[in-house]
Amino acid sequence: MAGQEIRRSYVIHGGDFANGGRASTALKDLLKVLAVPADVMRRVAIASYEAEMNVVMYATRGTMNAAISPASVSVTVEDEGPGIPDIGLAMQEGWSTATHEMREMGFGAGMGLPNMRRNSDQFEISSEVGHGTRVWIRVAVPER
Amino acid sequence: MAEAHYHSLTFDASRCTACLACLRGCPTQAVRVTGGRARMLDDRCIDCGACITLCAEGAVRPLTSSLAELTQFDYTIAIPSPALYTQFESDVSPGVIHAALRRCGFDDVASLSWSCGAVTHAIEFVLAERRNGYPWISGFCPTVVRLIQVNYPDLIDHILPVVAPREVAAREAKRKVMAKTRLAADRIGAVYVTPCSAKMVSIIDHPGLDRSHIDSVVSIRDLYHLLKPAIREAADDGIVRSEPETAAGMSWAFSTDLPSSLPAEDTLSVAGLPNVVRMLDDIEKGKLGKYALIECHACPEGCVSGALTIENQYVARARAIRLRHSLREDAPIDRADLLKRHQAGEFLLTRPIGAWPGAAPDRDLAGAITRMKQRERIRAYLPGIDCGACGAPTCDAFAEDVASEQAEEQACIFVRQRQIEGIVKHLAHLVSPGGAVTDSPQTAAGCGQPDSLPAASCAVPAAKGHQ
Repeated sequence: MAGQEIRRSYVIHGGDFANGGRASTALKDLLKVLAVPADVMRRVAIASYEAEMNVVMYATRGTMNAAISPASVSVTVEDEGPGIPDIGLAMQEGWSTATHEMREMGFGAGMGLPNMRRNSDQFEISSEVGHGTRVWIRVAVPER
Repeated sequence: MAEAHYHSLTFDASRCTACLACLRGCPTQAVRVTGGRARMLDDRCIDCGACITLCAEGAVRPLTSSLAELTQFDYTIAIPSPALYTQFESDVSPGVIHAALRRCGFDDVASLSWSCGAVTHAIEFVLAERRNGYPWISGFCPTVVRLIQVNYPDLIDHILPVVAPREVAAREAKRKVMAKTRLAADRIGAVYVTPCSAKMVSIIDHPGLDRSHIDSVVSIRDLYHLLKPAIREAADDGIVRSEPETAAGMSWAFSTDLPSSLPAEDTLSVAGLPNVVRMLDDIEKGKLGKYALIECHACPEGCVSGALTIENQYVARARAIRLRHSLREDAPIDRADLLKRHQAGEFLLTRPIGAWPGAAPDRDLAGAITRMKQRERIRAYLPGIDCGACGAPTCDAFAEDVASEQAEEQACIFVRQRQIEGIVKHLAHLVSPGGAVTDSPQTAAGCGQPDSLPAASCAVPAAKGHQ
């Protein structure tokens, strides 16, 4: 069915830890209303939350764009920020540039990007140092 | 049509004044007001009892049992929630309250202390056996379990599969009475003295168990006026047996304190429905994986603040804390024996807990997306102020109701007002000199309305046609 797609756009503010996580919660609530299968919902919730918190922790500002079709849920998170110099390194589990304060808040275990990849069927990341980072994930909805 | 769920409260239409207090205060948007009466949406209500507290008219009634209904049993055992011990003056000890319950007609009174201790050990056994990156969520509060069934179907597998202390206490007490009296199990009534109506849910339709060991539920609110004088008499008698309650048992009555034997850094305790919702949201995002157990109470201070309690919840909480300090430590427990019983499954739920079909109204995602688009179209012309006049709690909920044909868009007073404005404009257009003067009388006549009626009622389609 062409055009059968729900789209949502959320703004994410860098450094706003008080509201960090709201975009992924709103997306998760929408997926529940749509009765997306629980496993798909769970994976999108985890991946989108990690992506959102990366913007909150490292970037100035960003957006989360989600598209839900009968076949899949895809989420794009783009930010204006420092960018990632070595993506290969950043994708390694346990690698992190988090500050001491971030670690004290329970972040910065170096699992963010690996978690996003683990919880998605397709994962793409691109980054330009000094400009920002773009992460795209897609979780397929199994046939019922 | 989803199958009907048992609910522990009912709306009395004869008392309802459609004041919207329950509509606005319901945490799961499970109330609608239609035809001047509030009603409950079966597949959204989680039996939290907020509406019982909010209704000034007493139109929401808990469906707990009356004492008169207990005559069906040959032998009755009262099983008080530890919250009961917090409802009277500080000098009234649990022992006096037990004596007073006997005076009220119960043949026996069973304390939760042994089972609270036993269940704490059973929880430790489960925590030692299974860790999977998610915390377990305690399922002893029936409202929390329903919240998960309705709104968090993906977390159902993380509900701690351990039987509640009240169930263990009822089972053990009935075994003892059967051995003592030789009565058949169905002649003995295990009666839970409850601080909330939600416990009714867990005896009629216990998630995870084939059937509850509790036979009946009487509320603290209904017993209170009988217990007051009985407590005076019992205290005068001076024959109080040794204190039945222990410190561990009291810990279960209120939040912010966990069963003392669990390591504090592994567990969290949360109380109050909005806080439970935030906690479940965080669990879903994978944030709390390092915790082994999260204890959840729907009521703001735990069971001491249940909707069917009498005492101020902070006074009750303070008494629970005092009692916990003054009572003796755990009842003696043989841990090796307990482990054997745990391995035999005595403290485990026996069935999987299911999600509610209401949580998934559309079987296929394509249908759900189509309906969401329809809902967004409707939502776009609603005012967004969540006034409740339509009988739905929010404009979003109303849009959903209209999209699923549970409500008509004219129930929104703003939609109606806009239609009337359209009619007025149309009429003004008809009578104004520059207007296309056709014959409004004919239009009215054409609608088949009696001449005496204003044309407005039949002008709606015409007005729409002009736009």
